[in-house]
Amino acid sequence: MTQTEAAVLGTTAGTATIEQAVRRKHPWRWVAAGVVLVLLALLVQLLITDPNFQWGTVAAYLRAESIIKGLGTTLMLTVIAMSIGIVLGVILAVCRLSKNPLLRWVSSAYIWFFRGTPTLIQLIFFYNLSALLPHLSFGIPFGPVLFSVSTNSVITPLLAAILGLGLNEGAYMAEIIRGGLLSVDPGQREAAESLGMSGFRIFRRVILPQAMRFIIPPTGNQVISMVKGTSLVSVIALSDLLYSAQAIYNRTFETIPLLIVACIWYLAVTSVLYVGQHFVERHFGRSVRVSTGYWNFLRIRPRPAAPELGTADKEVL
Amino acid sequence: MTQIQNAPARAEADAPREPLLVARGVRKRFGEHEVLKGIDLQVGRGETVVILGPSGSGKSTFLRCINLLERPEGGRIQVGGLDIGYTERGGRLYEVSNRELARRRSHVGMVFQQFNLFSHMTVLENIIEAPMGVRGKSRAHAVDEARQLLARVGVAEKESSYPRQLSGGQQQRVAIARSLAMHPDLMLFDEPTSALDPELVGEVLATMRDLADGGLTMVVVTHEIGFAREVADRVVFMDGGVIVEQGRPEDVIDAPANPRTRAFLARFL
Repeated sequence: MTQTEAAVLGTTAGTATIEQAVRRKHPWRWVAAGVVLVLLALLVQLLITDPNFQWGTVAAYLRAESIIKGLGTTLMLTVIAMSIGIVLGVILAVCRLSKNPLLRWVSSAYIWFFRGTPTLIQLIFFYNLSALLPHLSFGIPFGPVLFSVSTNSVITPLLAAILGLGLNEGAYMAEIIRGGLLSVDPGQREAAESLGMSGFRIFRRVILPQAMRFIIPPTGNQVISMVKGTSLVSVIALSDLLYSAQAIYNRTFETIPLLIVACIWYLAVTSVLYVGQHFVERHFGRSVRVSTGYWNFLRIRPRPAAPELGTADKEVL
Repeated sequence: MTQIQNAPARAEADAPREPLLVARGVRKRFGEHEVLKGIDLQVGRGETVVILGPSGSGKSTFLRCINLLERPEGGRIQVGGLDIGYTERGGRLYEVSNRELARRRSHVGMVFQQFNLFSHMTVLENIIEAPMGVRGKSRAHAVDEARQLLARVGVAEKESSYPRQLSGGQQQRVAIARSLAMHPDLMLFDEPTSALDPELVGEVLATMRDLADGGLTMVVVTHEIGFAREVADRVVFMDGGVIVEQGRPEDVIDAPANPRTRAFLARFL
C-alpha cells in the first residue's frame, strides 16, 4: 500500500497481516456444548442403567423371524402403496390441470375427499367394505352382470391396506406433482409446441423431467412418511412390522423392548431412504448445477449422445 | 416443401414471389383490450419481413397467432395454403385434431426472446428431440444433422453442454439450430435479441442474416433497426394493433410516410 492510499484510509498500515489475526472467542458455544454434553450423559446413563429397556430382549428379538417378515410386509406395502400413489397422483394432477372442466372437477373432488378424511378411517373402511357392498360385480352398468364375487373373499387385509394407503397417497402426490408441473416455465411448453411435438410427448419428454426437480424432494418425504404410515395397518390385523412386534409383546408383555425393536428397524429403513433421496435429488438437479464428476458413473440419463460426453460437466462459463 | 428452399438471392427481392404466409383481417383481444384490429400481411417464399413497432403494438401477439400459440378470434392465417389449426370444408373452417395441429406447426419454426431451450437436455439433445420424436428420424441421422447445424450457427464445440452453461447468445443460436432441424418452411423470430447483453446481440443477428441470405422465409419482430435496414426485404410498422405502414426498408426507415412511424423511429436516431 502506498502512503497516499494509507492516508485515504485514515491509518498507517503496520506489518500485521490478516493471516495472524486473533479470532474472536465464542464463550456461549462452550456453555451450549457443556449443557448438551450433560444431557447426553444423562441419556446414556438412563439407557445403560435402566433395566426396563431390557437390551438383552431387544437383541434377542431384533432379528426374530416374525419381525423380519413384518419388516418385509412393511417394505412391500410401502413400495406398492407409493407406486399406486405416484401413478394415481400423476393422473390426478394432469386431470386437475386439464382444459376439460369435468376432469378438473373429478380430480378436485377426489383430492378433497381423500385428503379430508383420516387415513386410519379409510383403512378400516376398506377392510369392512363387505358391510357396504356384499358382492363385487362386473358387468354392464344398469345391465346384465357378467360375474360377481363375495367382497369378503376379495378384500383381504393386504388388499384393504394397499387400497387405503395407495388411494390416500394418490391425493397427496397429486398436489405435489401439480405443484411441480406448474413450476416449469410455460416457455418450455411453447417451444415444444412450436416444434410440433404432441401433447403427450411434451409432457413426457419436456415438462415432467423438469418438474421432477420440484417433485422429488417432497416425494422423498412422502416415502419416508409412508414407511411409518404403514404402521396404521396393524389395526386391520395385517402383520406388518408394528403388528409383528405387538403380537410378541401381547404374549410376553415385553412391550418396551419390542417397541424399541420396531423403532430400530423403522429408523434403519428411513435412514437408508434419506441417503437415497439425496442422490436422487442430485440426479434430477444435474442440469442446474455443475457435476462434480464422481456421480457420472452412476447416472442413467442423459444417454451418452456423443463420445466426448462428460467434458461439458467440468466446464463452467 | 419441408426443405429450406434455395430461394433467389436478395438482388431479386423485388420480383413477385409465391406467397407463403397469408394473413387476412387477423383480430385478437385479451379481455377488454383489442390487441390486433385486423392485420393483413403477405410474406413471399424466401422473403425476410421485419416487423417494427412500439411495445404493446401487437407485433409479438401477431407472430404468436401465426403458429397458433395464441388463437386469433377473427380473420384467417394460412401458411403454404394451409390453416395451421383449421381445415376448410364446404365454406366453413373446422378445428383440426391436436395431432394434425402439431404436424402443421412442425413446419413453422419459432425462436423466442427467452430462448426456451429444454433446460434438462444437453445442446445436442435439444436439437435432436423433435427430429427424432416428431419426424421419426434415426438417432444417427438426427445427430449428424444437428452437428452440421451447430457448426452453421457457430456453437459446434458446445454440443454436450447444458443450456445454463452457455451465454445468452450461444443459447439463442442453439435455439435457432433447434428450429432449423425441423426444416421449417417459415421461421418466426420473437424479439430474438431483446434478452441478450448488448455485446452478444451481434452474433445472433449475424446468424439470422446468414439464414436470410440462404433464402429462408423469415418474419422477425425486433427493435434492431440496423438489422431491419440491412437484412429485411420488407419492413412492416405496427402500432395500436394495426399495420401503419410497410415497404422497402429504405423507404419505411429512412423516409417514413406516417407520423407514428416517424415518432417511433426518431427514438432510435
